[in-house]
Amino acid sequence: MHTPLTARPLHTLIALVLLAAGSVNAWAGKTLDTVKQRDQVVCGVNTGLAGFGAADSQGKWTGLDVDVCRAVAAAVLGSADKVRYVPLSAPQRFTALQSGEVDVLSRNTTFTMTRDASMGLHQTAVTYYDGQGFMTPAKNNLKSAKQLKGATVCVQSGTTTEKNLTDFSRANKLDIKPVVFEKFDAANAAYFAGRCKAYTTDASGLASIRAKEAKTPKEHVILPELISKEPLGPMVRRGDDEWLAIVKWTVYGLIEAEEVGITAANIDALKAESADPVVLRLLGKSDDTGKLLGLDRDWLARAIGAVGNYGEMFERHLGEKTPLGLKRGLNAQWSKGGLQYAMPIR
Amino acid sequence: MHLQSRRARALLYQVLLVSLLVALSFWLFNNTLTNLRARGIQSGFDFLFDTAGFDIGESMISYDSTQAYSQAFLVGLLNTLRVSVLGILICTVWGGLLGLGRVSHNALARGLCYGYTELFRNIPLLLQLFMWYVLLVEFMPDTDAPLHLNDWLFLSKGGLTLPWLIHADGAWIWDVPVWRIVEGVGEVAGGASVTPEFLALTWGLSLYTAAFVAELVRAGITAVPLGQTEAAKSVGLSAWQTQRLVVLPQAMRVVIPPLTNQYLNLIKNSSLAVAIGYPDLVNISNTALNQTGRAVECIAIVMAVYLTLSLLTAALMNVYNRRMALRAR
Repeated sequence: MHTPLTARPLHTLIALVLLAAGSVNAWAGKTLDTVKQRDQVVCGVNTGLAGFGAADSQGKWTGLDVDVCRAVAAAVLGSADKVRYVPLSAPQRFTALQSGEVDVLSRNTTFTMTRDASMGLHQTAVTYYDGQGFMTPAKNNLKSAKQLKGATVCVQSGTTTEKNLTDFSRANKLDIKPVVFEKFDAANAAYFAGRCKAYTTDASGLASIRAKEAKTPKEHVILPELISKEPLGPMVRRGDDEWLAIVKWTVYGLIEAEEVGITAANIDALKAESADPVVLRLLGKSDDTGKLLGLDRDWLARAIGAVGNYGEMFERHLGEKTPLGLKRGLNAQWSKGGLQYAMPIR
Repeated sequence: MHLQSRRARALLYQVLLVSLLVALSFWLFNNTLTNLRARGIQSGFDFLFDTAGFDIGESMISYDSTQAYSQAFLVGLLNTLRVSVLGILICTVWGGLLGLGRVSHNALARGLCYGYTELFRNIPLLLQLFMWYVLLVEFMPDTDAPLHLNDWLFLSKGGLTLPWLIHADGAWIWDVPVWRIVEGVGEVAGGASVTPEFLALTWGLSLYTAAFVAELVRAGITAVPLGQTEAAKSVGLSAWQTQRLVVLPQAMRVVIPPLTNQYLNLIKNSSLAVAIGYPDLVNISNTALNQTGRAVECIAIVMAVYLTLSLLTAALMNVYNRRMALRAR
């Protein structure tokens, strides 16, 4: 307790040591080999965001981001359970990925130019199109985020959120005062204790926090404005194109599976009797797409079998039947007015 | 001069050791840079002059999001200093009183001070900070209906507002806060405000460190031989005079060196601010680190600043120590 400075950013320091120690750990085209040798995918996830990545009372991880890890493990190692989850706070996550502590970062992370171009990271495919919003206690009677003049707003640090909030505040001359917390839990606690007039993060995050953390969810409203674009998805390290391709195409595969109607339930039947050439190709019955990625031909069939298609993942963790109750909206298939558009698998 | 001579060998070892250290640090530095570059991670301190682009909740100097990262770091440093200086003052006074209480002849005072010391120094500081923070934001009234004392001190979830000296029309006057209703909502205007984050951090750090200071003061007083007190009494000094003129000056010589340690601990512990949302240096550097991805640089800045602060404090305390030390006359 006397040296919190060295105790806390432990991950950063470990990362620095690893960086300094040179290229001992696997990178540059070696992730697949390491993963196979270890027989485990190490996946960086949220410390606890219901619907995206959270552990239940038995320590079992669930959520949309978690399913991406499970799908990758199923595709690469044959079993969706061969994943080790590393819960990461927002400031820790990139260092953990850069240093090789995790193989893939699937932690509701926004894709931005800075992250893609200058931080030694690669963005793969978008798993959730989101935007930053505000939540405020219903008793404040606010109808619009533009009424937050001079308000204190609770934020978690290490996210794109702080900058968006500042931009929004400047553009609308609101003079918003941020209160910035390192830990997600601390930010939630401060908001629910009444320290801040509003809470800001991605709209999906707000829905999750309202559903899981609020004593009475009805007492909090999410304001209509979305003040930013937040495309979320898994990231990998730079310098390993093969691994990038595996993660990216696993996500596209899950999205395309929804488009052509392959589900976890009907996959075996389709495999046996379907005559649809796209289905046959996705399930490895006709072309061997796995060879292109350095995997076997059943890679995608196993992934879909383990977590279902993208639509099933969405409905299971975020959809209207869950406490989060999110609509598909931007995340509907492109053919249904949404933005989810998988690059063709062929 | 040849190698058989003891001095020559000693010198040789020194030179070898220094060159080894220099080579090692150069290798570490160079290797880090090479690896960062190989992984496409940009590095360098040039980002300090880029626009920060994020707001800071409280600042002692004028700052807005269009200013550079260097300015944001300065705001963080000043916030750290503000907590540290105030914390050191409070913990010294409070710890001194507690220490005196520990050696008091009054059993009740002795017991209370003993209880306080054991309670506060044995509970982890982070927990204490959370406790004070939660107390301040959970149980205080909303900002539109603050607790108040004589209509000039207001306390709410938004923090503490108190009268403050301001310079207006060539004279120093008190700016007294008032409670008023604007557009149907009550608010406190005027005066100076401090946030609950600042209050919780300063308060928590001071009370925690005071427990350690109390122990040092008690040890210092106990270290003064009883004969000194008896001698003072025999020349007719009152109990208070005995403490002030005879016991305390001698006790200080024992107390000051370890007291420096406690001050340094307080400064370093102030980095726990991130946990309760106070924008100290570490908090600001976290944000900068995330926005720019310059992890090595940001951590290096924070380490350099804490090192400098600690060395400065130690140097000041050493000067004070020399002035208080026993001198042959």
